Amino acid sequence: MAYDYDKWIRPGKLPHIWCPGCGHGIVMKGLIRAFDTLQLKKEETAIVSGIGCASRLPGYIDCCTLHTTHGRAAAFATGLKMARPEMKVILCGGDGDGTAIGGNHFIHACRRNIDMTYIIMNNYIYGMTGGQFSPATPTGHKASTTPYGNPDPNFDIAKLAIGAGATFVARGTAFHAAQLDKLIVEAIQHKGFSVVEILDDCPTTYGRRNKFKSVIEMMNRLKEISVPVKAAEKMTPEQLQGKVLTGVLYKEEKPEYCEQYAKVIERAQVGK
Amino acid sequence: MAKKVAFIQGNEAAAHGAIYAGCNFFAGYPITPSTEVAEVMSLELPKTGGKFIQMEDEIGAMAALIGASLGGAKVLTSTSGPGLSLKQENIGYACIAEVPCVIVNVMRGGPSTGMPTGPSQSDIMCAKWGTHGDHPAICLVPASVQELFEETVRAFSLAEKYRTPVMIMPDEIVAHMRERVVFPEPGEIEVINRTAPSVPPEQYKPYDTSFGDVPPLAAFGSGYKFHVTGLNKMQDGFPTTKAAIVQAEEERQVRKVEANKADIMKWEEYLIDDAEIVIVAYGSTSRSARYAVNAAREQGIKAGLFRPITFWPFPEERLLEISRKTKAFITPEMSLGQCNGVVKGCIEGNAPVYGIYHVDGEPVSPDEILNKMKEVK
Repeated sequence: MAYDYDKWIRPGKLPHIWCPGCGHGIVMKGLIRAFDTLQLKKEETAIVSGIGCASRLPGYIDCCTLHTTHGRAAAFATGLKMARPEMKVILCGGDGDGTAIGGNHFIHACRRNIDMTYIIMNNYIYGMTGGQFSPATPTGHKASTTPYGNPDPNFDIAKLAIGAGATFVARGTAFHAAQLDKLIVEAIQHKGFSVVEILDDCPTTYGRRNKFKSVIEMMNRLKEISVPVKAAEKMTPEQLQGKVLTGVLYKEEKPEYCEQYAKVIERAQVGK
Repeated sequence: MAKKVAFIQGNEAAAHGAIYAGCNFFAGYPITPSTEVAEVMSLELPKTGGKFIQMEDEIGAMAALIGASLGGAKVLTSTSGPGLSLKQENIGYACIAEVPCVIVNVMRGGPSTGMPTGPSQSDIMCAKWGTHGDHPAICLVPASVQELFEETVRAFSLAEKYRTPVMIMPDEIVAHMRERVVFPEPGEIEVINRTAPSVPPEQYKPYDTSFGDVPPLAAFGSGYKFHVTGLNKMQDGFPTTKAAIVQAEEERQVRKVEANKADIMKWEEYLIDDAEIVIVAYGSTSRSARYAVNAAREQGIKAGLFRPITFWPFPEERLLEISRKTKAFITPEMSLGQCNGVVKGCIEGNAPVYGIYHVDGEPVSPDEILNKMKEVK
């Protein structure tokens, strides 16, 4: 299928700020393909982001875009979605933005099950500020603020989303672009709060500190560690050691927040 | 038809004032002593079709407020001291992105948790300088429950007219006392809404200064698409670091308020004309001051009261004028001299400015003010 990238890219805004080899561009193309597949209307689609490299994505896409403060995308978006329930609201950002400074807003957006889709690009690091460790940086790995290796345990972002009540949780990688398209499309179609964690790479601030010789090596690692959920069912715990599940990890139907609030309005207006 | 009259609390009046102004979105977080604003909004807003959300924290409430305002809603939040500190991050965002919103901040003791149930007037500098960077500030300080209602309506009009956050800051006494309120009829108090774009979507720029210092604001979801950021921006909303543009935009943001001070400022002068001693007081403290001024007059002391109703922008030109024929100023306040410093800053040393400061949770009494007048006379 031919996709209309030009339709969705804002004229004059490319080239983007991302480093050569960064996976964010792959994610952005996936998002555009999903928008194109779903024939979304630009005026009725909003992308809301926080701060960081991944949060610069909305500036390149031609729709209603809101680049907010660090970690706060989910909270800004919640207000927008309540004011405009008919809009498609997409959140995007990185692992540090979403799970450290924005962790509280993230889990509560999951809990409310408000109809939005959160694209979280997990490159294991704070890239824009030069490579400090994030809640997603694996234990023992190097960052500019863990020169002796990271002592912190890391979050499993998808599990965090499931635990917090998100009703659609998927994981993909920047290597598996075709799978990513399907996951994003399904996430946007899902009624409720959907999360797509995308394992990504940051060659500049993470790769070079953790003995990745090239972007290709980082991409190959994403390929090697990924196991689709279906395939994992047939694998032993030993075989799954060090692997990461990809695909739709969780899905359920639950009352959506804006619809629930519409019922509050109905109850308040009874007998009025 | 007789007007609707009620005996209500200040916080309730703020909520009803917001609804009168057409507020249709509230986001908040529980905090003493402002929670009643949220409680009334949760009860009343859905009756009007409006929406209430209790967010996960103060920061999130301020963020949701901005998101909803960009969706075209007229928005309110309420908070107090520690909550105001937390909201400052996104108050700055609303300043630079120029998003209308109204914040009720009930002043309680501080810093930090301080005295959550005690009155204070120590957030006044925080209202102006709480968020980092240069930015406009509008802050209203009502002194009665009726005035809290009316000033909340005005806060909405100012926020919408100037595309900027407006703070309405009753001290805890004004917020929690109960007084008779006469509700105005619809249309009796002017309600100003934001200017909608007059150009078609393809020509729209969110910061188009060809329309003046306050560019029209479109709503997301209304057929207009544009970009909003907290970075320094160009007229089309996209970020820039170009020196000339950043300088001009920053100056315009502040000028929106500074150049329209005459429209925004509001104060009351009581027995000022022949006054030798002028009390500068606002909020509940101005009520003690008025009592003290009357008592002083009975004793032959020529006292007067200058009561800011808009605290920011401060009516500095008028106070400077008054200072030329004033022997002394007294600033009774529930803070350690925040208002005193502001008064000193605008009267060019024309008269001494004495302070009476309470940060003990007790209001300044009329006797204290009267005694001070006798002392400095």
